[in-house]
Amino acid sequence: MAKITYVAFDGTRFDVEAEDGSTVMENAIRNGVPGIEAECGGACACATCHVYVDEAWTDVVGEPEAMEEDMLDFAYDVRPNSRLSCQIRVSDALDGLVVTVPERQG
Amino acid sequence: MAEPVRTDVVIIGAGPVGLFAVFELGLLDLKCHLIDILDRPGGQCAELYPEKPIYDIPAWPTISAQGLVDRLMEQIAPFRPGFTFNRMVAGLEKLEDGSFRVTTDEGEIFEAPVVVVAAGGGSFQPKRPPIPGIEAFEGESIFYSVRRMEEFRGHDVLIVGGGDSALDWTLNLQPLARSMTLVHRRPEFRAAPDSVNKMYALQETGGLEFQIGQVTALKGEGGRLEAAVVKGPDGDVEIAATRMLPFFGLTMKLGPIADWGLNLHENLIEVDTEKFESNVPGIFAIGDINWYPGKLKLILSGFHEAALMSQAAKRIVSPGERIVFQYTTSSTKLQKKLGVA
Ligand SMILES: Cc1cc2nc3c(=O)[nH]c(=O)nc-3n(C[C@H](O)[C@H](O)[C@H](O)COP(=O)(O)OP(=O)(O)OC[C@H]3O[C@@H](n4cnc5c(N)ncnc54)[C@H](O)[C@@H]3O)c2cc1C
Ligand code: FES
Repeated sequence: MAKITYVAFDGTRFDVEAEDGSTVMENAIRNGVPGIEAECGGACACATCHVYVDEAWTDVVGEPEAMEEDMLDFAYDVRPNSRLSCQIRVSDALDGLVVTVPERQG
Repeated sequence: MAEPVRTDVVIIGAGPVGLFAVFELGLLDLKCHLIDILDRPGGQCAELYPEKPIYDIPAWPTISAQGLVDRLMEQIAPFRPGFTFNRMVAGLEKLEDGSFRVTTDEGEIFEAPVVVVAAGGGSFQPKRPPIPGIEAFEGESIFYSVRRMEEFRGHDVLIVGGGDSALDWTLNLQPLARSMTLVHRRPEFRAAPDSVNKMYALQETGGLEFQIGQVTALKGEGGRLEAAVVKGPDGDVEIAATRMLPFFGLTMKLGPIADWGLNLHENLIEVDTEKFESNVPGIFAIGDINWYPGKLKLILSGFHEAALMSQAAKRIVSPGERIVFQYTTSSTKLQKKLGVA
């Protein structure tokens, strides 16, 4: 289990207990975090689950793989700490993770 | 007016479900014509996830989405369906004799006693990048595809994106343009390596500019673009541009289907579960585009819907003809149609 904090665009914080093996996107959808659309259901095919990983966590979360980088080309306002949340898998190591939702999903 | 193409069944959408419908209709001797706005068959499977494995196609423990499309094309080949690609179906109207007229955005006309809407999530259309105020320039200075290259001659052209369309048009329009700039958020591309090399070579010789970054603002008046602001690694840069082509992939939009007088349930066509017919007799809806209680948007559900729909379609096209239920394994008649007996 890991506690994940989602910061919506308007600043509202959502603290969620996430199960190991689930994705950061799935937990956002299950808990109704606004601004995560996930149109393709986590297949890395839509880029509407874009988040910014808190600077303190970028090393732990790691870099996107090539396929995710390609998909990020379709996202809006991509930054060095951008990730597609369906491609981040939850583990104990992510306990305390903070991600921010962008203004819009493409 | 163009000469109408007559057939038994017009299928709107050449996704997996529209393709399989050709097979089921073909076994009942019905000729089909498919129309799709994409440039190839396969719908979502071909456009959104061709390389990804699908695990819930009966008897295929795993098959890639493109592999499924290729096999469907092979399976329906004996029935020689007609295809019209790169066209959106714009109009659907009933004629006096009870049949239907289907018109495309380019004016082609198709007539048939049965229409099958297999339109999935709707027409694939270019994604609009969320740059503030972009709408005001669309159709005037900003385009999502190139219809006529001449419209770009002598212009300061700005192309945004990192896929094959972006690279191909950068190379094709570069000789015509007054200046050419390609903007992409990173130095890696999702395009053919050969095009990428050509682009870098042109940059070396001053034939074009390649700018890393993302377009954040547009400048100009009355639809006439003058410049774009690009947020790059070293801050904002302003790039002169009188024509812009953003290539951000495709998304599905319901489109004209909403205007055809069909009963909709949250943008999906309501059908019965015996024939998958809409409220207009003779117009059927199968696959992701339909809705009924318990609907699952799965390829296998669409295949089942295609089989039942075909029985009802046959009764409309050949009224009074007795439909004999047959298996492909044992009926020589069916096997002849498939070219295996
Ligand atoms: C990432 C992803 C993974 C998936 N994984 C699975 C899976 O594992 N198993 C499964 O069963 N399903 C899966 N699906 C769902 C599956 O792809 C769909 O159920 C299936 O594609 C529906 O087929 P269809 O033929 O009804 O529609 P589509 O595949 O959506 O095709 C419809 C076609 O109609 C065209 N069209 C629409 N309107 C018009 C018009 N007016 N004029 C011209 N053309 C038009 C569109 O351009 C499109 O090509 C997945 C979907 C996605 C996005
Ligand atoms: S949900 Fe579509 S890319 Fe993540």
